[in-house]
Amino acid sequence: MIRVVLPAHLRTLARVNGEVELRVAGQVTQRSVLDALEARYPVLRGTVRDQDSGRRRAFVRFFACERDLSHEQPDAPLPDAVATGAEPLLIVGAMAGG
Amino acid sequence: MSGVRVLVGTRKGAFVLKSDGQRERWDISGPHFPGWEIYHVKGSPADPDRLYASQSNGWFGQLIQRSDDGGATWAPVGNKFSYDGVPGTHQWYDGTPHPWEFARVWHLEPSLADPDTVYAGVEDAGLFRSTDGGQQWQELPGLRCHESGPSWQPGAGGMCLHTILLDPATPGRMFAAISAAGAFRSEDAGETWRPVNHGLHSEGIPDTAAEVGHCVHRLAMHPSRPDVLYMQKHWDVMRSDDSGDSWHEVSGNLPTDFGFPIDVHAHEPDTVYVVPITSDSEHFPPEGKLRVYRSRTGGDDWEALTRGLPQSNCYVNVLRDAMAVDSLDSCGVYFGTTGGQVYVSADAGDNWAPIVRDLPAVLSVEVQTLP
Repeated sequence: MIRVVLPAHLRTLARVNGEVELRVAGQVTQRSVLDALEARYPVLRGTVRDQDSGRRRAFVRFFACERDLSHEQPDAPLPDAVATGAEPLLIVGAMAGG
Repeated sequence: MSGVRVLVGTRKGAFVLKSDGQRERWDISGPHFPGWEIYHVKGSPADPDRLYASQSNGWFGQLIQRSDDGGATWAPVGNKFSYDGVPGTHQWYDGTPHPWEFARVWHLEPSLADPDTVYAGVEDAGLFRSTDGGQQWQELPGLRCHESGPSWQPGAGGMCLHTILLDPATPGRMFAAISAAGAFRSEDAGETWRPVNHGLHSEGIPDTAAEVGHCVHRLAMHPSRPDVLYMQKHWDVMRSDDSGDSWHEVSGNLPTDFGFPIDVHAHEPDTVYVVPITSDSEHFPPEGKLRVYRSRTGGDDWEALTRGLPQSNCYVNVLRDAMAVDSLDSCGVYFGTTGGQVYVSADAGDNWAPIVRDLPAVLSVEVQTLP
């Protein structure tokens, strides 16, 4: 299972507490994780990435394994530790966004 | 006993203020959607329990919330606002072409007859409509694709479509206003549009009387006399007696004719309210005195309304969507400030009192008159 940590506003929208666990088929990438996240929580569509272009919203960041993965390609594999569930993918509201 | 429900959008959430017809004691709920900018909340005239709210923030973009029980509970509906086709460009702040980009919904205008139909005015300026209670949104591209579109430019607050008026007497007639493009009228329910800005003069554009380019801040209409429109422009308070075909200035004896909101008394089509602000750069009341001005003559002749409003050291603003009137026998007038106060007058403006004093900056105020 893929572990995802959502920021507080998105946890409220999705009505979840704590981490979200997602089953992702195939390669574990930003795109496949976000596809799974939005399929399970349709209310999050458009809040992390643009619904038409798929581009990450400017004030959203993706962190994992103490690395900023925000500028990685959407189809680049996420770190093995995320793919195995050892580490979560953190979706973070940038400090500049508020 | 009849009562009122005031719907307040703020920089950090929505609030619902309820009272009976006396409008003296208030029940306040909120913040709903805490931490989010709530640009506008408005109820359906056809079903007062149906409310729509525009929820957005810089991190996570736009959501639309809907309530079917008068604001007790809410659920998110559709939030996909995609411009029709490949959007062209408008002018950017520096005068260069800039692609249309959706930023947020400024204003929600429910249909007069159908609770499931609602219009949305957005930034960058465009008009959307939902006919399924907000689940799906389709652009009415005739406005954005008007031939003047590439010349539109943003006002200081963004290039927003902030006003949508639905004419209750003429089916299909509606008005929209855009900062800084001007006022537009449609006769076919939003399919096609024409600018209606003849008579406006704006010093901030090269041709001061141009067909488009004016920073219209707000339009208002009385439903019993929809051919008469009032306008608070960047500078100048204006009036049209022919559905926008021509405008004339009615600023009269106002201390300054800069401001944002304008509204009309519920029962007196010639009674109009504005809140003068010092200037385009000094967005606070002249002399630190918060004064609503009322004209009982459809403009030109204005009186200051001050009783119950701070008359010293007051430097708040009142934004364009932050004034409303109820339709009780004694017309109530409401406005919210950037300082977080929401004021009510239960006697058409003669006397004022704060309902709340310490909300986040108020972006919008609407009121529903309940049976």
